[in-house]
Amino acid sequence: MESLTLTDIEQKYYSDLFVYCDTDNTKKVASNGRVLDLFRAAQLPSEVVLQITELCGATRLGHFGRSQFYIALKLIAIAQSGLPLRVESLNSVKDLPLPRFVVGKNEAEARHAALYQDTDSQGLYPASATAVIPRPPGRGLQNKKGPPSSTALPVHEVIQPLAPSIEPQPEPTSPVVSPHQSPPTSPHSWRKHKRQHSGGNADRQPVVAATGAVWTQFREPQAGPVPGEGMWPSHSPPPPGQESWVSFTADTPPSSALPAMHPSSVQESTTIRTVASAATTNEIQRQSSGYDDPWKITDEQRQYYINQFKTIQPDLTGFIPGSAAKEFFTKSKLPILELSHIWELSDFDKDGALTLDEFCAAFHLVVARKNGYDLPEKLPESLMPKLIDLDDSAEVSESTADVGYSGSPVEVTPNKSPSMPSLNQAWPEMNQSNEQWETFSERSSSSQTLTQFDSNIAPADPDTAIVHPVPIRMTPSKIHMQEMELKRTGSDHNHPTSPLLAKPPELSEEAKLPTSMKFVAANTVGDGYSSSDSFTSDQEPITRQRSQSGTSPEALKVVAPPPPPPRPHPSHSRSSSLDMNRTFAATSAPGQPQPSTIAFPPAVPPRPLPTQTSVPLTGHRGEAEVAPGGGAVLTTTSPQQIPQQPNFADFSQFQAFAASEQPSSLPEVDIHSEPGQAEKSSEGAGPLRTVKSDGQADERSSATVNSAKGSSGPLAPPPKPVRRRLKSEDELRPEDEQHGPQKSNVIAAVLATQPSIPRSVGKDKKAIQASIRRNKETNTVLARLNSELQQQLKDLLEERISLEVQLEQLRPFSHL
Amino acid sequence: MSAFLHTSLDVVEEKISAVGKSLGDQRELYLGLLYPTEDYKVYGYVTNSKVKFVIVVDSSNTSLRDNEIRSMFRKLHNSFTDVMCNPFHNPGDPIQSKAFDGIVSGMMVQTG
Repeated sequence: MESLTLTDIEQKYYSDLFVYCDTDNTKKVASNGRVLDLFRAAQLPSEVVLQITELCGATRLGHFGRSQFYIALKLIAIAQSGLPLRVESLNSVKDLPLPRFVVGKNEAEARHAALYQDTDSQGLYPASATAVIPRPPGRGLQNKKGPPSSTALPVHEVIQPLAPSIEPQPEPTSPVVSPHQSPPTSPHSWRKHKRQHSGGNADRQPVVAATGAVWTQFREPQAGPVPGEGMWPSHSPPPPGQESWVSFTADTPPSSALPAMHPSSVQESTTIRTVASAATTNEIQRQSSGYDDPWKITDEQRQYYINQFKTIQPDLTGFIPGSAAKEFFTKSKLPILELSHIWELSDFDKDGALTLDEFCAAFHLVVARKNGYDLPEKLPESLMPKLIDLDDSAEVSESTADVGYSGSPVEVTPNKSPSMPSLNQAWPEMNQSNEQWETFSERSSSSQTLTQFDSNIAPADPDTAIVHPVPIRMTPSKIHMQEMELKRTGSDHNHPTSPLLAKPPELSEEAKLPTSMKFVAANTVGDGYSSSDSFTSDQEPITRQRSQSGTSPEALKVVAPPPPPPRPHPSHSRSSSLDMNRTFAATSAPGQPQPSTIAFPPAVPPRPLPTQTSVPLTGHRGEAEVAPGGGAVLTTTSPQQIPQQPNFADFSQFQAFAASEQPSSLPEVDIHSEPGQAEKSSEGAGPLRTVKSDGQADERSSATVNSAKGSSGPLAPPPKPVRRRLKSEDELRPEDEQHGPQKSNVIAAVLATQPSIPRSVGKDKKAIQASIRRNKETNTVLARLNSELQQQLKDLLEERISLEVQLEQLRPFSHL
Repeated sequence: MSAFLHTSLDVVEEKISAVGKSLGDQRELYLGLLYPTEDYKVYGYVTNSKVKFVIVVDSSNTSLRDNEIRSMFRKLHNSFTDVMCNPFHNPGDPIQSKAFDGIVSGMMVQTG
């Protein structure tokens, strides 16, 4: 025999069983008679039993040694789970429910136990606090625990265990301690079932769980061999490897560990009987409330279901498609017909997919079915998905309905259904007592409205809808945009119009300059805005940077954070190319005073003050509107800076006014441009210069420069600023001199718009407009850049082709 | 009896193939297959997925109105789709859905 590894619970359970069978007290060998009885109680087909005995080696030995016995028990559990009997599965199957043995009354318990394995039992407890047999706490615990093992906790136990103990273990003493408690407790033990521990009863505590009703029945008759429950044996909880609890119905003390699965812990009936009928009913209700009384899902069960749901569909608010669900439930080895029925019951909205609630309900029904409960005809209330608010468990009620269907515990089912409602009512309290069941209690109350089933139906769907509502988020971008706008307008357009970010660092440095006029050209992106807004000088640089980066197409691309308003663009638009600059300038004009500070991304905007001041001045003037007061100044300066760093635009604007630095700005622009963006800047500077030549142009240019700077951003430094300038100039007066007239025009336009915007610091509307403008500018600049780059690409490709041709030509010769 | 059913199916097919446009229109009321001896009516209904429903009604009871037949078909169709939604149901298998059966029986009882 292969070695067998058992979990603690299994170990305990098996040893109990062995002791039970060890009538001769040999401690070594279990009497065959008992063993066979036990196996019979497992309710497996006789051939299976034979197979098991063979596999475990008893046939060889002629008797059941401890190891054989254990192996046999495990095989029984495997068989009950519906898995094929294989020796290798002995150790490979995880979470195998404890084998269930239905013995007389314990069956019912067992069933319960199985069903409820965990939670249910607990549910029972609360209810049966009164009478319930004071089963040894251990038992009770089992139930409560709802852990799978605690399947059949007899009502009594339920009562007790509630509190404390729900220990999962099968109380050794209690006769039929349903192994429910045992941990893995097969799905049966869906918590819901309160396993009734037959604590009181000496027998196993069947997991009364769901079968509250059953309990009652069992109790009374006591005899009701847990028929239904016993049924579960065949079911292996869908989740593989769950252990089926062995629910011993009656007498097998060792089997006390009735898997909670068996709600019908018959044994409990004995104890249960003692329990006040109310208690029992409570318990039963509890159980039923598992699904719906019996159908109620205990918390443990629900947790289990949810976990299973997650394995299929990680999103708890999502659906499990029919095919996936089919696969999953097929694993439970239930006949397709029954699965189909379960599906019909649980797919509440008939959409071919299972929500979490529906899934729990279906699962619960499967568990119930496996534990021998008949499937109900109608979805039990507690399983209805309507109770989305309550807990997912609400939907589980569906499964209860199914329970009635399966014939196994016939008695159980009938009881369950009718008693369910009542039980549910009773259970609620019990459930409530348990924290775990709190949620259920709600459901149980819903189950109370079993009769009002229909009324519940309606809410179900809406509830489901409610459950899965998708939170609406405020468009962050919008908010962000607005924030950006505000920022821009208000203080610094720091927000990185992303593209400009590339240059921000540089710009920032410059920005720091007091004059900050430096257009933050570097960040063309920001510049536009920054400049436009009358940020404080400090801000300007920063914004400038942004704008510059923004302006430069490249920068734009790089930085381009979605939210930031386009402001930066205006300034950095330039960065990419002259055209770009222009566009940026144009676009960023409003936002950025920086005229054409083509935002060369790398260029350090800070060139400062002089140019900036001049630029901004010019810029401002030109584009008065571009930058609010201060901004204007910045623009003037910025233009100059723009070539270098569009980001400066803002600052420059401010200062531009002050200084008629245009002339200086011009040169400065050049300077800026160079440092800023190397070639581009020079280009930009050039135009800038030209732009600046005009006095007015200065302003404009500054504006343009600023804008250019701002817009051009890091990309096309020089051209941008130039553009800006041009633009500003253009605005001021039609300028042809500007080279990048186009660009500058653009820039100027941008600047023009920008300045105005920044002025209205704090005015959202304007800010928004400014940002819009900037964005547009940036867009244009980027577009230009893009086209330019594409052209370059084409050219390069052509070159490449030509080179290749040449190579080919040469080759033949070489070959020669 | 089943022979009539099959013949009626042939007629339905014929109708379907004949109708170029809205095939199997929902309201494909196929009325009129009355055998000289058997006086019963057979109604046909085809779904968009070419699933055909045939209702055979005895003419002994007062004929059902057209609307009633249509509503019956509608209910049938709805129940059928519910059955189809069940992933465990393999199309082509005889329908074993209790709900479906229930609805069908209900309808039959209703119409006498």
